Amino acid sequence: MTAIVSAAPVVSPRGLDPRAIASIEAVLIPVGALVASAILFSFFLLALGKSPATFFNLVWVGGFGSAFSIQNTLQRAAPLILTGLAFAIPARIGLTLLGAEGALVLGGFAAAAIAIPMVGGGWPPAIGLPIMAVAAMAVGGLWVGIAGWLRHYRGVNETISSLLLGYIAIAIMNFFVEGALRDPASANKPSTMPIGDAWRVGPIPGTSVHWGLAAGIVLAVLLYILMSRTTFGFAARMTGGNVRAARAQGLPVGALVVVCCAIAGACSGLAGFYEVAAIHGQANASLIAGYGFTGILVAFLARQNPLAVVPVAILFGALDAAGGLVQRRMAMPDATVLVLQGIIFVVLLVSETFYGRIPFLQPKKIGERT
Amino acid sequence: MIRSSINRRSLLKAGAAGLAASALPFGLARAQTPIVLGAVYVGPRDDFGWNQAHAVAMDVLKQVPGVTVIEEENVPETDAVSKSMESMINLDGANLVLATSFGYYKPFVVESAKKYPAVQFRHAAPLWNKDTDPANAGSYFCYLNQAHFVDGVAAGLSSASGKIGFVAAKPIPSVLSNINSVLLGARSVNPNATVQVIFTGEWSLPVREAEAANALIDAGCDVITCHVDGPKVVIETAEGRGVKSCGHNASQAPLAPKGFITGAEYKWETIYKIYADALAKGEALPNFIAGGYHNDMLRNSAYGAGATPEAIKAADAAIEGLKAQKPIYVGPLKDNKGNVVIDGTKDNYDPVLDGMDYLLEGVVGSTT
Repeated sequence: MTAIVSAAPVVSPRGLDPRAIASIEAVLIPVGALVASAILFSFFLLALGKSPATFFNLVWVGGFGSAFSIQNTLQRAAPLILTGLAFAIPARIGLTLLGAEGALVLGGFAAAAIAIPMVGGGWPPAIGLPIMAVAAMAVGGLWVGIAGWLRHYRGVNETISSLLLGYIAIAIMNFFVEGALRDPASANKPSTMPIGDAWRVGPIPGTSVHWGLAAGIVLAVLLYILMSRTTFGFAARMTGGNVRAARAQGLPVGALVVVCCAIAGACSGLAGFYEVAAIHGQANASLIAGYGFTGILVAFLARQNPLAVVPVAILFGALDAAGGLVQRRMAMPDATVLVLQGIIFVVLLVSETFYGRIPFLQPKKIGERT
Repeated sequence: MIRSSINRRSLLKAGAAGLAASALPFGLARAQTPIVLGAVYVGPRDDFGWNQAHAVAMDVLKQVPGVTVIEEENVPETDAVSKSMESMINLDGANLVLATSFGYYKPFVVESAKKYPAVQFRHAAPLWNKDTDPANAGSYFCYLNQAHFVDGVAAGLSSASGKIGFVAAKPIPSVLSNINSVLLGARSVNPNATVQVIFTGEWSLPVREAEAANALIDAGCDVITCHVDGPKVVIETAEGRGVKSCGHNASQAPLAPKGFITGAEYKWETIYKIYADALAKGEALPNFIAGGYHNDMLRNSAYGAGATPEAIKAADAAIEGLKAQKPIYVGPLKDNKGNVVIDGTKDNYDPVLDGMDYLLEGVVGSTT
């Protein structure tokens, strides 16, 4: 994440400059962690008397093996890109935010709620849908922004506050969905009024994948540029590196924290918008699907790099897509894929210790024998 | 007992007639195609509850020659279920999909049925509408409140205090109907019996379910029952506190060797046998199946140590009554705010009961 600055003058092995080494490490270490996880997981499978070869073949078939499988993977990846970004951006400024789930739910609910008068009033969807999206992002941003504000101005631990705000968000949605905004027809599954087919965001032409995927990729690129190519991003990363130094330099730390949190909330809120507008057509308890929490894993594996979030989310989408096939073909419980995800997460945390410690990539201090 | 019409039955007939005309050209009617049946569950197959009831019954279908059953558990009520069903169709060649969770139906089952007209979809809730929904979709459902009525009878005669505790998930019609049926069952044998209810607000909140069970026991209830996704925690809490319990969805008898009375169980295998027989003969599946005790779609768990001899006798009699379609809701009945909510006697399958939004007089608790 941060470049390694050494006090002693250095020469690089094999003529590589330190930035290239950092890039190599950033690819090599997560990939190595994935391979190590796969090996560990194979032992787990062998202990259960199952074939690892069959398992990984099924992951391939179910995740990428056909046009259907690829679309299945991408559809499942779409919300994970957005919630992955929602964890990655605040992480760059040094915050561990768990607010994506709540912001997704509240954003989706806001989109569904604001749609009710517009659908009722006969507005054209071309105007209404962007308003829904903006409302979802604004509400999500505001919600997670609260956690940032509490962090900076009141000293409240942002991890705890964002997690708890998530429960409040879900309670707020339930309160309205089961009360004032309940569609009377939704007796046994309380939901808001359906927005109707005309208001649904269709799939990307030629696929069955909804537009949330495209939105996620575009946002990932934009946020990558924001975090690595602008003064805002530089200031945010500097704050993440050393908040006291940033303050001493006169950076507006409070504003940076709140804005990064708001960006995270807006990403989650947008994911909620697509859940409502592309998938459910209304807000109900199905919005609470855990995408916000899987996003944490995605961001970790991507090392908080917005661009890397995209392929990692696709990998998780593929695991998810293949999970069903594994259950069906290998007669294994659903928890199998969760075990793999858990192993990946732990191995990944361990692999963090390898940054700057891979022997053949280490710069040699002048005077040492090469 | 005079009964003018049985709505579910007539709907079933209409559905079957419509099916003969509309669905025959499709998939299953072409005899001799191998049958691949995909079952989708919202939770784990060993949850001591709803999903286990389905999974146990699915074993019946696995015995049918030429039928392959493929299963997926823990599939949430999101687009994940569309993709799981499609994956079964595209990768495993499924031609009958059983979607077993309420929230799977709209939009997921309906849209998938439109997308794959050659595949049959059946969903476990009475939601299929023959006018608006695809002909290759359909519903199957059992009215579990009848078995909860039997629970109430047995609980009423097994309780010393006459106070029954009910841990409920959400104040929606299907849950309220079970609570009210427990009350009416208990009152049929003990006119002073009451049911105290606590809503947890969610389908699966084990900690709050345990708290609710404890609170009900502290309030003097000596029989505990529930309507939540996994009744395990509630039943174990009751057993641990030394009070009796009635089960829900599947048999929880092994969890409460001392205090288990009986429990309301689905008998999905009756429906799945109908499907299996139709599949084996290459016939079309019925679009709508619904029922209860009168057509062998429910059962009560075998009586446990908590059931008194009188309770067993009365509960057996209640089951015979239900098989003969003796009505549960005998009016006039008031809700627990004093309003008359049921003026006359209602058939056990009267659709008016599907919209229930009240707790009857004798239930302690509130839907809000």
